[in-house]
Amino acid sequence: MGYDLNFAVVWRNFDKMWGGLLLSLELAVISIAIGVLIGLVLALAHVSGGRWLRGVIAAYVETIRNVPLILLVYLVFYGLPQAVDIRYDAATSFVVTLSVYSGAYLVEVFRAGLEAIPKGQIDAGKALGLTPWQRFTSVRLPAMIRIILPALSNTFISLFKDTSVASVIAVPELTWGAQWINLNTFRIVEAYLIATAMYLVTGYLLLFLLRLLERRFRVGRHA
Amino acid sequence: MLEQIVYAIPFLFGGLWVTLVVSALTVGISLVAGVLLGCALIYGALPLRLLVRLFSDTIRGIPILVLLFFVYYGFPAIGIDFDAFWAAVTALTLFKTAQVIEYLRGAVQSIPRGQTEAGMAIGLTFAERLRYVIFPQALRRFLPPWINGVTDAVKGSALVSLLGVTDLMHSINQVIGRTYEALPLYILGAFIYFVINYSLSALSRRLERRFSFMQA
Repeated sequence: MGYDLNFAVVWRNFDKMWGGLLLSLELAVISIAIGVLIGLVLALAHVSGGRWLRGVIAAYVETIRNVPLILLVYLVFYGLPQAVDIRYDAATSFVVTLSVYSGAYLVEVFRAGLEAIPKGQIDAGKALGLTPWQRFTSVRLPAMIRIILPALSNTFISLFKDTSVASVIAVPELTWGAQWINLNTFRIVEAYLIATAMYLVTGYLLLFLLRLLERRFRVGRHA
Repeated sequence: MLEQIVYAIPFLFGGLWVTLVVSALTVGISLVAGVLLGCALIYGALPLRLLVRLFSDTIRGIPILVLLFFVYYGFPAIGIDFDAFWAAVTALTLFKTAQVIEYLRGAVQSIPRGQTEAGMAIGLTFAERLRYVIFPQALRRFLPPWINGVTDAVKGSALVSLLGVTDLMHSINQVIGRTYEALPLYILGAFIYFVINYSLSALSRRLERRFSFMQA
């Protein structure tokens, strides 16, 4: 029954875990960057667009939100190349998936942010004679960023955790690193204990840093 | 494409059933455990509160996938042995329990303190206060996010395929293993998950509207 913990094997292969953690972060950062772009553009289109456009955006959001991420990962990696003539490696395919996935969640975040801006601010912009583009870049965008920053950090942290799903298509991120150690050394408990600790520490560190950032951006009392 | 989908459907019923059973067990057990632990977090003694807080923050801080592997591969090594199915249910339930704890905490703490004080003033015991004063009001705040979270349980259950549990996701991969037609099958799978989850979120929106008079 007894199980003797032996972390030596894990430390010997720690480069797999450390490299994996860095790749996890990289995947999360690239995906949220693209996701923010998708979310912002679609949120603006949703706010200013017609019925038809809104329907299409709603269909995208609802589809992505109601399907398991792992299925989307398989679909993009194994399914899509059968239909269209594209070739990508596993990591690229995962970034595509996670970007489209996060985009669907971020549309809602941005939309809520845009709608939460007091109308008086936009009117004030008009009164000052700002062009629509100036109103967007210097009134709506900064106001919205302040409102959505907490939701954005939460999305980022949950995306960081979601990168673990990339292991199913053998992207060498953190969970894959733990699996590799498990398969090659059979130090199962140790590998997953270390992986768990790394996810926890990184996650809470990110949370701490993002909360600091949010406080810096908080201008005025109401925001 | 339609032909392959029609061919595959009979093979998926078993898996769909397992997906629904895993989700239902997860949701059911976590509801009971989460409400109990949630009460412990709000009303318990300090050591108990810290313990529940630690549990909830740890579980919510790691990916479900890692939790799943941890329970499946790690628990047998320390003497707790179960098959893939129960390992999967245990891991998903642990995760969901942590969420339910937070929903409950949010719901109960949204109720003004005056309500508890009023309950005390008319001589209700602790159990009576919970039963007649706090829970009926907290339910309205608790239900919408909880039902929304049920879709997370259904989506999360797709990960159990990685432990070799033949759920919907796994049976889709099995059919693809035979036919090598990935795209139609994954689209079919996405559609089935969509139908289940969309119905659940439609239900949650209806409930949210029903209980929206509480928002003020």
